[in-house]
Amino acid sequence: MSGAALAPASLAATRAPAESGALRAAVPRVVLVLYILFLLVPIYWLVNMSLKTNLEINSGMTLWPQNPTLEHYRRIFTDASWYSGYINSLTYVALNTLISLAVALPAAYAFSRYRFLGDKHLFFWLLSNRMAPPAVFALPFFQLYSAVGLFDTPWAVALAHCLFNIPLAVWILEGFMSGVPREIDETAAIDGWSFPAFFIRHFLPLVAGGVGVAAFFCFMFSWVELLLARTLTTVNAKPIVATMTRTVSAAGMDWGLLSAAGVLTIIPGAIVIWFVRNHIARGFALGRV
Amino acid sequence: MAKPLDNRAWFLVLPVVALVAFSALIPVMTVVNYSVQDSFGNNEFFWNGTGWFKELLDPSTDLGGRFFDALWRTLLFSAICLAIEVPLGIGVALTLPRRGWGVAASLVLLALPLLIPWNVVGTIWQVFARRDIGLLGAAVNGLGIEYNYAQTPLAAWVTVVAMDVWHWTSLVVLLCYAGLRAIPDAYYQAAKVDGASSWAVFRAIQLPKMQRVLTIAVLLRFMDSFMIYTEPFVVTGGGPGNATTFLSIDLVKIALGQFDLGKAAAMSIVYNLIVLTVCWVFFATTTRSQSEAVQ
Repeated sequence: MSGAALAPASLAATRAPAESGALRAAVPRVVLVLYILFLLVPIYWLVNMSLKTNLEINSGMTLWPQNPTLEHYRRIFTDASWYSGYINSLTYVALNTLISLAVALPAAYAFSRYRFLGDKHLFFWLLSNRMAPPAVFALPFFQLYSAVGLFDTPWAVALAHCLFNIPLAVWILEGFMSGVPREIDETAAIDGWSFPAFFIRHFLPLVAGGVGVAAFFCFMFSWVELLLARTLTTVNAKPIVATMTRTVSAAGMDWGLLSAAGVLTIIPGAIVIWFVRNHIARGFALGRV
Repeated sequence: MAKPLDNRAWFLVLPVVALVAFSALIPVMTVVNYSVQDSFGNNEFFWNGTGWFKELLDPSTDLGGRFFDALWRTLLFSAICLAIEVPLGIGVALTLPRRGWGVAASLVLLALPLLIPWNVVGTIWQVFARRDIGLLGAAVNGLGIEYNYAQTPLAAWVTVVAMDVWHWTSLVVLLCYAGLRAIPDAYYQAAKVDGASSWAVFRAIQLPKMQRVLTIAVLLRFMDSFMIYTEPFVVTGGGPGNATTFLSIDLVKIALGQFDLGKAAAMSIVYNLIVLTVCWVFFATTTRSQSEAVQ
């Protein structure tokens, strides 16, 4: 990666032909505002569509709803085949986050504090699962979870998502834990704390930010995934993302309803971002800054 | 200070190893098993040795030709995405405010596309780019440019790339921002005293400090763009024709559509090995250059 190849965008931002200091200072703001607009306009369009009647959608282009209606939302909240999709999704996402964190915490501690036989190979092996294309796993997972009787339960999806969430959680937590000085562990051992007591009562509060960020990422990648979630469920545990794809193909193109369902899937994400906003940048760097 | 050597640490890692092995090893063995067999339905399998692999890696056969077409398409897609998202991400990260209320607000807005389910990302762009009901599609056509992603391959590619830039550039921005925030103010003050230009500050201070996070960004973006499935599947379904049929889409077609288990399994293994090799090379070279930089 040469600097020259990476630079043009930043050049435009920092070396704009500015006469006065005020103008010069305004350039980055303008770039940022334009970029955020670029992110928000497609989302606005989805919200716009979700508030229109299908008649209005199909009869021409309007920049905002002329007769705003909550009809599509009302249908989703009153029809069990729709709202149970949200419940199913949130169930397996929560299960996955809990399982991932419970097993990743001790493992991350081991990686951050000790050398042991095969540690580097083990770490890369874990990461290699994060790099495996989900498409590769779709069919074998279908057969595996059918064989053990978990097919079409939230557990199947939660366990399947562990494949990429556990490595990620270990990776993030290891980064945060390595930032805590090892003297703390040694002092606690001298003071006579047992390892589990020390870990839960002293160590966990020190890496609380990291645990929050790891939980956020487990939530995120489990929430956005479709391929495995759709392959491993049919009726009882069908996630909302699958409900959306199937209804579209069955009932033609009900754009208003589809848009409303889409808007509702954005909301949980927006809520969890708000909770981790102060740690999010460090979290995306996997605790390694 | 070196970490102490203690093999009892394995006990702490054991739950992770057990769970991931359950999720990874059994499917991988299933795939390897299928890749050397042929089936004619009814659960009857026949030994086929390396037959599928030979066919897959020979571009003159049907399967091989299809595989290499999808491979080049996917590599081109990854290259275009990285070429746009990395510079753009660095540029936007440099414009983020360093303190004040604007920081949290910008970060939350930037992170929003990352938390949207991937098929909804597809839906958003479908609704946004269609020429009849979409703002973008109608605007571009209104300017007199013929644009219909369902019919012309170029329009389909532009749409899929724009969607990926929209979806994932924020990841690069957030990573770079994390790297930039770790630079002490004293560095900037020293640069100011020396009268350094902003270009010099970027080359000498900001870029080196971002090297580590950029490594992660390039690694994650390569892996995820190379494995992309859901978003283009929703928008273009791999079309028009096969114009946006990336490896994942082709693989799912073969495995779950045609139920050609042997072919799909052989393809899975080669696909996985490519991703793994590229990532390992990248991982090894960057961690080596970093440890040299530290010494």
